Amino acid sequence: MLKKIIFKFLFSFVLITKVQSAENGGMPQLNPEFWISQIVWLVTTFGALYIILSKVILPKISDNLESRRSQILENIEIAEKQREESEDKIKEFDKIILNSKLEAKNLFNEARQKVLDDIDKKRSELEKNLEEEIEIAEKEIQNLNKSSAENIKKIATETSSGLIKQLIGEEINKENISSIVNDLTNNSKENRKNV
Amino acid sequence: MAANPMNQFNVYRIGPEIKLGNVDISFTNASLFMVISTIAILIVLNLGAKKKSLIPDKLQLLAELSYSFVSKMISDTAGTKAKPYFSFIFSLFMFVLFCNMFGMIPYSFTVTSHIIVTFVLAAFIFIGVTIIGFIKHGLGYLKLFVPSGVPMVLLPLIVVIEIISYLSRPISLSVRLFANMMAGHTMMKVFGGFVVSLGIVGGWLPLSFSVALTGLEILVAFLQAYVFAILTCIYLNDALNLHH
Repeated sequence: MLKKIIFKFLFSFVLITKVQSAENGGMPQLNPEFWISQIVWLVTTFGALYIILSKVILPKISDNLESRRSQILENIEIAEKQREESEDKIKEFDKIILNSKLEAKNLFNEARQKVLDDIDKKRSELEKNLEEEIEIAEKEIQNLNKSSAENIKKIATETSSGLIKQLIGEEINKENISSIVNDLTNNSKENRKNV
Repeated sequence: MAANPMNQFNVYRIGPEIKLGNVDISFTNASLFMVISTIAILIVLNLGAKKKSLIPDKLQLLAELSYSFVSKMISDTAGTKAKPYFSFIFSLFMFVLFCNMFGMIPYSFTVTSHIIVTFVLAAFIFIGVTIIGFIKHGLGYLKLFVPSGVPMVLLPLIVVIEIISYLSRPISLSVRLFANMMAGHTMMKVFGGFVVSLGIVGGWLPLSFSVALTGLEILVAFLQAYVFAILTCIYLNDALNLHH
């Protein structure tokens, strides 16, 4: 089978070459019968093609390409511009944020200072007032201490002299009584201290 | 017809015989495919150039991609000085590409598989580039044939070789495209013939070859158009920026 095919293959090749040589047409390309016609038609068609392409179609395509390129460049430019703008805006924004932070810090510090100052002032005032009041009170206490002791002594001497007068019917030397009262108060003072 | 793989390259008259004086300029199948390619290019590119949307649709993308493809090719090989010749090289690339691609449709005709067509293109490029070179550099363009840093002894030989290589440019440029197209299409036809002659039993192998060759030929069709255009750019570069 395979042999048959190969044989047929080779045979047909021989056959074809035989037929070809038998016809003896050679290459139709070398037959000058239609050469002039081919040249004329080639020049006509190619000339027409060249003229129409160069005058009408190619400028259009070139325009299209050019306009697309310029459009793209324009778009890129716009995009670039917008990017720059946005970057500027971001910077501005950052600046604003930084400023506001600083401002807030300042405000906070100021407020704190103010409050602290206020507190200090009020405290010192208060302390001063307190000291003054304490002083006044101490003075009063001292005065009171002094005056009360003497008053008590006086009252005690008077009362005791009165009592003695009523009891005995006689007047006794006031100095004696006061010395006795003094002794007693001193004793009681000591007693109180001891307690 | 199916037997001869060269029959696909036959040129025949379509419609009446047109004579300009003594010269036959009849409309042929070759002319038909030149016209079809040209109209196809114009339709596709015109539709692609019509809409001016920022985000292109498929046709616009096609037009703009081919534009920037050729534009990049020119600026890479010939620099910014070649900008005025952009339209020509773009037309050339598109024309060759579309002719090659239309040739890939079964029962169609491949315009670029004819040496006369590719030779006319190549000769036009050769003459044009030479004229540009002489306009830009005057007689200094002849320095192209005298490479710098060559020992004096070798110089006569080198100059002769350079002149021959320069003069063979149109031939190599045209034969490259023509031979590639012709060889590819012939080979596809031969394998197609094998499929028919080997029948349902043995035809599968050449059929698979045919399928693979179709892919290869589409690649070659693009590649040869690219090579044709890029070689034009290189020749133009020689004329514009004299490096030697």
